[in-house]
Amino acid sequence: MPISIDVPKEKWTGTIREITLGATAAEGGTRTRVVKIGGESTLPFLTFEGAMPNPPVVAIEVQDRYPADWSPILLDVWGDVLKDPASWAKKAEEVGADLIALKLQSAHPELDNTGADHAASTVKAVLAATGIPVIVYGPGQAEKDNLVLVAAAEAAKGERIALGNCEDKNYRTIVAAALANSQLVIGKSPIDVNLAKQLNILISDMRLDLGRVLLDPTTGALGYGIEYCYSVMERLRLAALGGDSMVQQPMICTIGEEAWRAKESKVNQGVPQAWGDWAERGKRWEALTACALLHSGADILVLRHPENVTLVKQTVAALFGH
Amino acid sequence: MALSGLDIYKLLPKTNCKECGFPTCLAFAMKLAQKQAELSACPYVSAEAKDKLAAASAPPIRLVTIGSGDRKLEVGNETVLFRHDKTFFHQPGLFIRVKDTLPAAEFAAMAEQIAAYELERVGISMRVTGLAIENASGEDQTFANCAATAHAKTKSPLILISDRVSAIAAALQKIPDAAPLIYAATPQNATEMAALAAKHHSPLAVRASDGLQGLAELAQAVKDAGVEDLVLDPGARDPHDSLVAMTQIRRLALKSNFRPLGYPIIAFAGEGASSKAEEAMVAAQYIAKYAGVVVLDHFDPATVYPLLTLRQNIYTDPQKPIQVSPGLYELSGPTADSPLLVTTNFSLTYFSVAGEVEGSGRPTWLLIVDSEGMSVLTGWAAGKFDAEKIAKSVKQYGVADKISHKKIVIPGLVATLSGELEEELPGWEIRVGPREAIDIPAYLKTWN
Ligand code: B12
Ligand code: SF4
Repeated sequence: MPISIDVPKEKWTGTIREITLGATAAEGGTRTRVVKIGGESTLPFLTFEGAMPNPPVVAIEVQDRYPADWSPILLDVWGDVLKDPASWAKKAEEVGADLIALKLQSAHPELDNTGADHAASTVKAVLAATGIPVIVYGPGQAEKDNLVLVAAAEAAKGERIALGNCEDKNYRTIVAAALANSQLVIGKSPIDVNLAKQLNILISDMRLDLGRVLLDPTTGALGYGIEYCYSVMERLRLAALGGDSMVQQPMICTIGEEAWRAKESKVNQGVPQAWGDWAERGKRWEALTACALLHSGADILVLRHPENVTLVKQTVAALFGH
Repeated sequence: MALSGLDIYKLLPKTNCKECGFPTCLAFAMKLAQKQAELSACPYVSAEAKDKLAAASAPPIRLVTIGSGDRKLEVGNETVLFRHDKTFFHQPGLFIRVKDTLPAAEFAAMAEQIAAYELERVGISMRVTGLAIENASGEDQTFANCAATAHAKTKSPLILISDRVSAIAAALQKIPDAAPLIYAATPQNATEMAALAAKHHSPLAVRASDGLQGLAELAQAVKDAGVEDLVLDPGARDPHDSLVAMTQIRRLALKSNFRPLGYPIIAFAGEGASSKAEEAMVAAQYIAKYAGVVVLDHFDPATVYPLLTLRQNIYTDPQKPIQVSPGLYELSGPTADSPLLVTTNFSLTYFSVAGEVEGSGRPTWLLIVDSEGMSVLTGWAAGKFDAEKIAKSVKQYGVADKISHKKIVIPGLVATLSGELEEELPGWEIRVGPREAIDIPAYLKTWN
């Protein structure tokens, strides 16, 4: 007996803002290519009822200081390039990263406490070493973030870099620097739809177009809070597609940082045999965190392991039906 | 989808005899719709009406059991598309596909290894569900022998993979009460497969190659042949088509109450994947997006462990974090002069810390504060893990009666608490421990 099937389709009214990172020579920068993200009018990869014009992209995290505290798996696979942010960024581009996420870690007051000049020259060196667009993070300490991100914004004038992170207590200086130098910002809020929205309102009150604001809803690793992040991202995306213009932002997830902090990827001593091979497990921890967050709406996935760049990009291509 | 009061009313005798305890049939119908009355209270309702009401109140996605005994798997009966809307209830089974062409000894060893695989995370045991045996040999007896070995060695749920009815029949004969999932009924063999499934009370997977339409028709036909416990294979193998098909099936079941597709879904992560890493990514997708049964082609602990973790994460209840009871815990038999650490009652936090303390070998007291299931920083940010709460717990759990020193170690992430805690606990020495639990063993070595 023939059965008729009428698949329920969603009629979304909202669309995620489309954001371009980087600028080519024609646009006043020096990038060899730009990266476009966002623009979705459907849930991740459900293209039978809406559009997903731009695939999610992969950024590789680069630091301006040898990351001695990183998992030995990562130190091994990258080798000597970790000692120099420009070489590291170049290598990241070679392994297929779409973006560089440069963290100015050396500026941290408890580390080298480097200043604005150092930040500016690091940013310039990284831009010179690669053709892909760049995201710049401060060390995560409010005062120093302000200092080095202003320097970075000026040093990269015209390049359309993204500055992170703007948080509720600490967004004015960074937003002002982005406005003055035509850059983008990343607004980060702790795993909460309303907090994400509030921060976007604060940022847009400063007259920065939300078409220049990425949303970092905060990421937790697999086994370390990912379920909360996954659900908040789904809720943010549903709200955005439902028409809430204050959360219609592409989302960025700092997956590498979280996943490689997990015990499973960091150490191998005294762990159960059932955890399996350390290097494989570490890679998988990052890759599966990325995979889950792709399905909850991630647009930029910041990773640490070079092999996962290829893997995540393949996964994205397959999810587009390629 | 539940029937409305009026829908139910139409099925009642409409005599208003009041025997049900309600003044009218309509009043009774309204109470039924709100699930505040039982249909059995009306002695006059017809058998036909009973069937209709039962069908309408059945869950939109049927709960299907695979296997028998302690390790049986129950999947289905999901009620939402997004876990934040309520929760996902029944974790998908994770099966490893093994071919019956493997030499018998190797096959047995593999079965044993998979059955023995078990680990614990946040105090919850996790394991691979079972074996999916594929009839790659094309021989009935070889296949049946493998099924018998797998059942004997694992006592775990099995999937029997063969399009050949005779192979499935031979295997079922060897394990008559094991209730394995039969894979699969196709348009070519559906009648015979359905008969086998019915005879052995086994769940049956259905696979059609021409989209959801064909799948629904086949599922309906098999159901009409008397098999209720179905599992659907939408047939798509690549990540995009699978995601679309599985989302559509879930939506049809939940939003349209579309019965022919109201069953759990089986998905094969290894098919089409060109590496173990790719297979892992596809399996992760299936776990997050709507599979009830996921079949892997490789048994690699380094992949299985993260997948089991993801499954646990996606299927935890978003409304209540997994917690442990607050109190003063004794790890490795501490004495009055052993170190005292303090942390929260979020399971993940507790087990991270307790695991390291136990691994260090040093007997230690661990004070668990009731942070309402929040991690250290979340608890701190929400005011559920602050100096006052810690001090209160020190008193409440009689710490001073059991411990001779007055030194308490707080997590490194909340170093800022030390000042306030000194005020709350006069005479105590507040020590700041490391930020990460993995550094606790080294820290405990130097503690005195
Ligand atoms: C998941 C999560 C949540 C979940 C809750 C999870 C839970 N059950 O606790 C939800 C979504 C509900 C949540 C809510 C909030 N969160 Co929250 N959350 C996280 C997240 C992503 C992970 C936390 C986690 O699970 N960690 C894993 C556990 C195991 O870590 P842990 O408890 O710290 O334990 C480790 C160490 O501390 C150490 N350790 C533990 N105990 C001890 C003891 C001793 C003696 C020692 C030596 C070591 C030690 O060992 C463990 C392993 O290394 C973090 C960000 C991140 N990526 O880490 C933010 C984070 C903790 N949240 C934050 C905030 C602000 C909030 C909110 C206040 C936001 C809001 N206003 O809504 C709310 C508060 C809750 C509320 N009001 O309801 C902030 C805290 C900021 C700060 N520095 O204070 C964070 C850091 C995010 C951020 N960067 O802004 N959150
Ligand atoms: S017992 Fe049945 S027939 Fe009588 S009033 Fe109640 S519902 Fe109506």
